[in-house]
Amino acid sequence: MSETVDARGLSCPQPVLLALAAMKKLDKGELTVLVDTDTSKENVLRAAASQGWQEAGVEEKAGSYQIRLSKG
Amino acid sequence: MEEILAALPRQQHPDLLVGMETADDAGVYRLSSEIALIQTVDFFTPIVNDPYLFGQIAAANALSDVYAMGGRPLTAMNILCVSLKMVAKEDLAAILRGGIDKIHEAGALLVGGHSVEDQELKYGLSVTGIVHPDRILTNAGAQVGDSLILTKPLGTGVLATASKGRLASPAVEQQAADLMRTLNRIPDDVLASGTIHAATDITGFGFLGHALEMAKGSQVVLTVFASQVPVLAAALEFAAMGLIPAGSFANRRFCEHHLQVSSGVKPLLLDLLSDTQTNGGLLLAVAPAAAPHIVRRFQEEGLAATAIVGAVTAPGPGVIRVEP
Repeated sequence: MSETVDARGLSCPQPVLLALAAMKKLDKGELTVLVDTDTSKENVLRAAASQGWQEAGVEEKAGSYQIRLSKG
Repeated sequence: MEEILAALPRQQHPDLLVGMETADDAGVYRLSSEIALIQTVDFFTPIVNDPYLFGQIAAANALSDVYAMGGRPLTAMNILCVSLKMVAKEDLAAILRGGIDKIHEAGALLVGGHSVEDQELKYGLSVTGIVHPDRILTNAGAQVGDSLILTKPLGTGVLATASKGRLASPAVEQQAADLMRTLNRIPDDVLASGTIHAATDITGFGFLGHALEMAKGSQVVLTVFASQVPVLAAALEFAAMGLIPAGSFANRRFCEHHLQVSSGVKPLLLDLLSDTQTNGGLLLAVAPAAAPHIVRRFQEEGLAATAIVGAVTAPGPGVIRVEP
């Protein structure tokens, strides 16, 4: 299973809540989260760690971050 | 803001004891050899849904700056920004009732106020207090060897974010509100003992930001033991979930160059050490022999989480060491 959550333009804590909901729905697999603030990036990474998801890479592009997460 | 303020003409006056230059909590002006005047102002947008609680929190927060200077509040004025088209009359009445109840609890009087039309509600106080000119507490008096005391647990910024996401239970929200509305009054006997060397209150810049102001003001190194710092259990949980407000990350970045963190410090505790607080506790640098008694006195007055959290360990250019 893989899914993308686009949380750009949303204010805190919405991005992290959407990411947590997606992690719960997927249970495992691959998840990509798009955010556009440092705060959201940091918080999504913390949320992922708390749910046992691994960080598979963070790319910064034109002011937004693509956070790739995976859980086996 | 610091930069803009620095561009203003510098003021010097023999009776101006604490001015704008030192990032202190309030201004202090000597009226006589016995009495100095303390003045401060603070107001903000609602941080809780209950209007009465908001009034209490805003007032307690404004009064806190007088306590942080070692003073006693005497009079207060309301500051209110409101649109009567957007806020119900009874809510407004509840806010002001919360404010005056806190002012009276502090032994002070409400003597007036001013309101302006504003689409975004804001409330707070301008507070006037007094202190003996020889007993002013600033952030510049910490001495090597002092113990550091914190009087309230950290984490109200994280809990506010959790509330915004509707994740905090009513009980947790009430716990945070109770903390934020608690006065930062220093017991009279503790003040009179002269064992507090420096004080500041923990607010928007978080524990680390305000501790750094003390370290710089006093030209010392503060060593903080992260595991001894009181934190709200629910805030730790929510921080792990990624509910940390933007201001808390900004605080960390602001302090970064003056921070030495040991490798064993839990990252989540570091998050809470930078968490932006509303009417957080007092950070005190006190004579080490008096520290246990001072902790007990604050606990007796209702601040149950008060604890020794570190020490002033060396002279220096303003550095904070965080140990596990």
